[in-house]
Amino acid sequence: MTLHVILEGVISLLLVAGGAFVFIGSLGMAHLRDFYMRLHGPTKATTLGIGCMLVASMLYFWGTEGKPDIQEMLITLFLFITAPVSAHLLAKTALHLRIKYVEKTAGRPIELRPEELGEKPVPHPDRAHD
Amino acid sequence: MIEVALWISLALVVAAMALNVYRLTIGPDMPDRLLALDTMYINSIALIVLLGLWLDTKTYFESALLIAMLGFISTVAVCKYLLRGDIIE
Repeated sequence: MTLHVILEGVISLLLVAGGAFVFIGSLGMAHLRDFYMRLHGPTKATTLGIGCMLVASMLYFWGTEGKPDIQEMLITLFLFITAPVSAHLLAKTALHLRIKYVEKTAGRPIELRPEELGEKPVPHPDRAHD
Repeated sequence: MIEVALWISLALVVAAMALNVYRLTIGPDMPDRLLALDTMYINSIALIVLLGLWLDTKTYFESALLIAMLGFISTVAVCKYLLRGDIIE
């Protein structure tokens, strides 16, 4: 009896925490000033929030049906693997398109090679490489 | 207790989706809109999970998995298109 009460409390806490993290991620994406700042919200906070929600769902169905299910864990794992990959590609796209950024954003695009910014690649000084 | 938590979570996710639509509408550049869409499909997975908890059924988790995979693939495809001008070279 008490175990079910504790499990219910944990599930409720995870659900509210997941909703709060998802909301904070989207708030950061809507509110911050710069694309490179906006990228932080959805990639970290939203991923953590959806992970919390899926774990809550897994615990709920574990409690009601008596056996754990791998499916929610699979969705969580897939989202946790793919979020950094898509964030990396989005950042590369923004650098390629030379998105405007505010002065407080750390790291200048000048640190990148010219061909990563969409310019023509610099020919190698050694002519044998052509 | 779970019911109250479910309503709070549902309200927060719907508010997050409204913010995504806002960024999708005003987003000054293409990557902003792409990021808004990327966040929106993750939020739709959250909505599907909450619907599964609400209806007490596990039928909809396959669709959540499908949305996760196809959303990632479409984000990568649009990023490749913006980066290289072509998807499959």
